[in-house]
Amino acid sequence: MTFDGWFLIVAFAVILTVLAYPFGQYMAKVYRNERVFLTPIFAGPERFLYRLLRVDRDGVPSAQDWKQYAKSLIVFSLAGWLLLYLILRTQTLWDFTGLNPTGYHSAPWNVTFNTTSSFMTNTNWQFYSGETTMSYFSQMAGLTVQNWLSAGVGIVVAIALIRGIIGRAPDQDGRVGKSIGNFWQDLVRTILYVLSPICIVGAIVLLSQGVIQNFSNYLTAHTITGLTQTIAMGPIASQEVIKELGTNGGGFLNTNSAHPFENPTGFTNLFEMLIVLIIPAGLIFTYGRMSGNRRQGYAIYGVVMFMFLCAASVAYIAEAHGSPAQHAAGLHTHVISGSGGGNMEGKEQRFGIASSALFNTVTTVTSCGAVNSAIESFTGIGGAVPMANLSASEVIFGGVGTGLYSILEYVLLAVFIGGLMVGRTPEWLGKKIEAREIKLAGLGILITPLTALFCTALAVASKSGRASIGEVALSKTGGNTPQGFSETFYAYLSQANNNGSAFAGYTGFIQPTSGSLGSHGITFADLLGGFDMMFARYAPILFALAIAGALAGKRITPAGLGTMRTDNPTFAVLLIGVIVLVGALTFFPALLLGPIVQGLTGHLY
Amino acid sequence: MKRDIITAAIGILVFTLLLGIVYPLFITGVGQVTFPGNANGQKIYADGKLVGSKLIGQNFGTPVLEKNGKVKEVKGAVVTEADPRYFQTRPSATEGGADNAAASTFSNKGPNSVKTKEADEENIKAYLELNMGPNKKEYDPGLTAANIPVDAVNTSASGVDPEISEANAHIQAYRVAAVRGLSRATVDRLVSKYTSGRGLGFSGEPGVNVLELNLALDRLEGKAS
Repeated sequence: MTFDGWFLIVAFAVILTVLAYPFGQYMAKVYRNERVFLTPIFAGPERFLYRLLRVDRDGVPSAQDWKQYAKSLIVFSLAGWLLLYLILRTQTLWDFTGLNPTGYHSAPWNVTFNTTSSFMTNTNWQFYSGETTMSYFSQMAGLTVQNWLSAGVGIVVAIALIRGIIGRAPDQDGRVGKSIGNFWQDLVRTILYVLSPICIVGAIVLLSQGVIQNFSNYLTAHTITGLTQTIAMGPIASQEVIKELGTNGGGFLNTNSAHPFENPTGFTNLFEMLIVLIIPAGLIFTYGRMSGNRRQGYAIYGVVMFMFLCAASVAYIAEAHGSPAQHAAGLHTHVISGSGGGNMEGKEQRFGIASSALFNTVTTVTSCGAVNSAIESFTGIGGAVPMANLSASEVIFGGVGTGLYSILEYVLLAVFIGGLMVGRTPEWLGKKIEAREIKLAGLGILITPLTALFCTALAVASKSGRASIGEVALSKTGGNTPQGFSETFYAYLSQANNNGSAFAGYTGFIQPTSGSLGSHGITFADLLGGFDMMFARYAPILFALAIAGALAGKRITPAGLGTMRTDNPTFAVLLIGVIVLVGALTFFPALLLGPIVQGLTGHLY
Repeated sequence: MKRDIITAAIGILVFTLLLGIVYPLFITGVGQVTFPGNANGQKIYADGKLVGSKLIGQNFGTPVLEKNGKVKEVKGAVVTEADPRYFQTRPSATEGGADNAAASTFSNKGPNSVKTKEADEENIKAYLELNMGPNKKEYDPGLTAANIPVDAVNTSASGVDPEISEANAHIQAYRVAAVRGLSRATVDRLVSKYTSGRGLGFSGEPGVNVLELNLALDRLEGKAS
């Protein structure tokens, strides 16, 4: 460990907070449909889009209750799924655009099913490898589009839930009180006012640092020692920025943000981490602002920042210490002059230990899942950190929108538990919490862990599941190792949490040569993963919207002496307790079997 | 429901056009105008030939020849041995030979795996052989397994890491200087020249760009001769 390493972690937290606060206030204005500094630019396109989508009624889309909102969301996602599947399966049909210089064929149906479900659900789990499977056209017109839209869908659900929480009592016709906004309006405003400015500026920043953006054929270089090297190209910057900003995480190239063309310098690494977290962190302040009590936002921000810093610190310490395999081989892993030491297996020199540990913590607390180093090669404890982050079900910042609506469900649960402890009817921001909301929140919280564990059990117990374990080929024990279990568990946990990072030895796609000829998918892993992702994405969204609907119509009673406050440190501690308890109770046995066993022994398998 | 379906169908087509075609084309246009070098991959030419990209690590090895004079191949990949005249990049796990920039990949070797240990041992052995010299004393006499920097043994993440640590470079400088008949001070000066610092002074680690360093060495010799 070095001073610079710790300084990076602290500096990152400070910079993030300084940027996220004003951005959160800005988003609050956007979702209250107020005027912001970009209104002069985007008001025209906004009205035009409403008219094009036929949701325009006197210039303003009409209000929707939670069922209508959910219906629009589901139908839109389904349409996106179909188009993306079609684009990916007809890759060679688009050769006329000149955007398939390598002439790659489409991947088989099963892998494409997985990929399509993955990008639609903001997971961006990748069984395929970008530079050997996808044409530029598929990456742009197919994958990039869903990077934007899946991010937008996540954000609007969080906003709808906030509206439900703060919604005022119903008026005479009982209509307005039940409204949680309009899906199409929220989506359009998200894309125009929240995502596009950062994407355009961010892409230019990345370009200035060396991220590439072209449509050239792959380069052939003749090296100075007489070898040839083929270098993959592509329109990377435009996809890279939305991949981080929308907490998507699907790399243009196989090694994702570890690849120098996606993440060329220490500076871009910092920049990419910031844009991963800017929306999830900002939305917490947006919630405080929209609820009329900024301290509500501060309390949640304090909770998630505390948990985030714990995770980053543990990962950094573990990786700086080095791995049992290194030590057994006789390698010394301490810091020496001119080398940072630590576990450098699967890490890049320009990032070193601290930037790698921090980046992977940032992308696993959120649903981003981009990686700048190989999680599979992290030490036992270092690898347990991403898993623990996933086990917290996206509440430590979490994915764009997803993180906020998930933690608000935990807040609901904490309010309920707190209410039981003091023996009062639980209230939250003046609204009585009743059986319906608690049932919905409980389901919303548990559905993701349940899906993950169910799929893992199915994969571990079945022969078809074992075909995917990369460790089978690597180890003498045929994959019956903690590492083999970790690979499988991580795969379904990551897909259920719509994260997309991987113990990348786990595979669902066998591709002997570039371009998909002669390749085949592993149907079991592809389909199980696909359903895992879709179920664990849309079920929680429906529960969140249902909670919004249930809360929207409730009357607000003024806070009394006995009201439990949800904006002070006591509540923050209670909230941490509830999150840790739920996470630990559901996942501790599984975590023990995999990474923790490895972290506690120096034994080699 | 019908309204939703129509709106969704129009929506997905409009957004595909805007975000999937217009947006990437716009960024490409901006990139090609403002940062053409970066946008096209920081190509490096020597004598008018493309020798690589500044950002992409390369294998500075020479092909191993079989007895009949043919280039030796295993599973279609050319077998190479490190060229002692050049600085060597980090171990790479890419298929089809080291530093295959058309198919980047992690090694995915676990922290408690026997295979990882064996690979590390093999890399340590190769590094010692390369950098101590044929009789184990010509180049860096003080080199032991205990002071090899980790980046020289562990595989990189991308498989095409363009950089090595300063410690790694300074050890290899003994060999490169000896083989090329240069003073070690000269080589070390070049190493410092191609070392980039941390981002903003605190993000990431310093590293030495191997391709640029090797090309500078060749230029230096070209001038001298």
